[in-house]
Amino acid sequence: MAFDYDKYIRPGKLPHIWCPGCGHGIVMKGLIRAMDTLGLKKENTAIVSGIGCASRLPGYIDCCTLHTAHGRAAAFATGVKLAKPEMNVILCGGDGDGTAIGGNHFIHACRRNIDMTYIIMNNYIYGMTGGQFSPATPTGHKASTTPYGNPDPCFDIAKLAIGAGATFVARGTAFHANQIDKLIVEAIQHKGFSVVEILDDCPTTYGRRNKYKSVIEMMNRLKEVAVPVKAAEKMTAEQLQGKILTGVLYKEEKPEYTAEYAKVIERAQAK
Amino acid sequence: MSKKVAFLQGNEAAAHGALYAGCNFFGGYPITPSTEVAEVMSVELPKIGGKFVQMEDEIGAMAAILGASLAGSKVLTSTSGPGLSLKQELIGYGCIAEIPCVVYNVMRGGPSTGMPTGPSQSDVMAAKWGTHGDHPAICLVPASVQETYEEVIRAFNLSEKYRTPVMVMPDEIVAHMRERIVFPEQGEVEVVSRKSPSVSPEQYKPYDTSFGDVPPLASFGSGYKFHVTGLNKMQDGFPTTKAEIVQAEEERQVRKVEANADDIVTFEEYQLDDADVVVIAYGSTSRSARYAVNAAREQGLKAGMFRIKTFWPFPDKQIKALAGKVKGFIVPEMNLGMCANEVERCAQGKAPIHGIFRVDGEPINPDQILDKMKEVK
Ligand SMILES: Cc1ncc(C[n+]2csc(CCOP(=O)(O)OP(=O)(O)O)c2C)c(N)n1
Ligand code: SF4
Ligand SMILES: [Mg+2]
Repeated sequence: MAFDYDKYIRPGKLPHIWCPGCGHGIVMKGLIRAMDTLGLKKENTAIVSGIGCASRLPGYIDCCTLHTAHGRAAAFATGVKLAKPEMNVILCGGDGDGTAIGGNHFIHACRRNIDMTYIIMNNYIYGMTGGQFSPATPTGHKASTTPYGNPDPCFDIAKLAIGAGATFVARGTAFHANQIDKLIVEAIQHKGFSVVEILDDCPTTYGRRNKYKSVIEMMNRLKEVAVPVKAAEKMTAEQLQGKILTGVLYKEEKPEYTAEYAKVIERAQAK
Repeated sequence: MSKKVAFLQGNEAAAHGALYAGCNFFGGYPITPSTEVAEVMSVELPKIGGKFVQMEDEIGAMAAILGASLAGSKVLTSTSGPGLSLKQELIGYGCIAEIPCVVYNVMRGGPSTGMPTGPSQSDVMAAKWGTHGDHPAICLVPASVQETYEEVIRAFNLSEKYRTPVMVMPDEIVAHMRERIVFPEQGEVEVVSRKSPSVSPEQYKPYDTSFGDVPPLASFGSGYKFHVTGLNKMQDGFPTTKAEIVQAEEERQVRKVEANADDIVTFEEYQLDDADVVVIAYGSTSRSARYAVNAAREQGLKAGMFRIKTFWPFPDKQIKALAGKVKGFIVPEMNLGMCANEVERCAQGKAPIHGIFRVDGEPINPDQILDKMKEVK
């Protein structure tokens, strides 16, 4: 039987705003399947986002949803989680939202290792505002504000998360749709701050400027560059040139923030 | 039973006032001259099972308290000038999404880093116009340690009652001076909590105006599912660009405060009955003004003071009424005339306004005010 997405979609809130061929919807379906697998209770789950096309995702899901300001999702979510540690808190948003204006909140959420899952939809561009370059736009690529090619180096978002102290970091792609929910399930089950970067596509503002003739071509590129971490172990550096690792990239057990704060309360009350 | 008394600093009193009001979540970022609030909260909150978090910056602190408030906490942040500038983005979010929270801002010299340890009163306009767009504003300006304690409690009550951010803005002198404070007993001062929904989760809408201009607010994790956004929204919380809805909602958000000015605006009338020279003052400056009024009375001048306790909404009605009766207003303030402009707006040309404006980090002393009184003819 086909999976019934409707049980998590808010009645009356579709159609969504995303363009045909946009990868964000694939990620949303993955998240819904993951929530279903884990049996997350809707009223006990908060989905928090920033601003951007990707950040519109929470509005479609029938949970406690918080569409914050540009870049601020991680900081709002920290307040929700610390106030109510028993809630499942999931963050989502775009590459620009999370790593430019929200970069500071992002790295500090990683550092605190607070038990939340952050799904970053990386389409390499500021989609919503019409295709200006983001910190994830590859060097040399075209955006509406890099007409001569992007001079900026770009972030490796997963590496950034690992470096900042996130204790679970995974990467998937919109092409490998069936893997998305599995990564998200593992991320949510992990006790600590987990980051799932999903490489997706923005045909409307990025694809057309960078000579992709179709969404299919953009999807095929994701298929070609993705190499599962396991497979990569058997490949040479030469073979890995231009490839992007997918799967669970990093996992570590470390003290979780709300649990540590519970100990602060214990110490304060023991005095 | 005798009451508990203490010798406290304004900032310490603010923290204790917050705790009396039921604050159980604090998010902050250190900045002089407000940091003592965070320090006291970090000690006291965990004792009562509350949460204290030091965020990566003031934007993060503001975001954290808004998130915590939506999850049902009573929340506080504290800051000063540069931090207030950073918080403005999300103070606007709190206004449009109608999330109760208290922002305690100690006024120091500015703009920018300005004078970190110098007193000032130059954030009073930022309290109203600092964040973009039309929005409600409530700002309280205490003048003593005791009053800081009481006004922080009132700020929590107002923010919960009207579902909106409320600012408390002592100047640095009030925030850092030490005075005797008498604590109220538990239950002696009213503590207000937000209206929670009376309808089932299925029927709940976060901006349901059938319950009035201040709709009940459910909290995340309490069985209610709802959407919150910083976009202009409909009663169910979802974004809209429909002209008539946006217009009505924006007007309601401002009206819920403005139409209740009589409930919110507080002030003190000192020696006003026969006064023809009236000082309009607030914060620590009002302490010099009181001294000056007393000295003037001794010299036979009919001087009085109208002390502003609630800066926003501004006491328009009261100042308009006074303007018809007096020979002149004197407005001493530690800025270049922010309150004076408001007084001028209210006076509508019926009384001259004499300003005493200092931005050198020094308090305005009583002699300056007394001298000015003598100029009013
Ligand atoms: C403070 C602020 N600055 C700028 C913007 C404009 N803005 C809206 S969305 C966006 C970029 C979003 O890009 P990304 O997060 O990558 O999401 P996408 O649209 O690509 O999914 C920008 C710059 C804003 N809303 N707020
Ligand atoms: S502009 Fe790009 S990111 Fe936004 S919905 Fe369209 S395809 Fe998706
Ligand atoms: Mg993007």
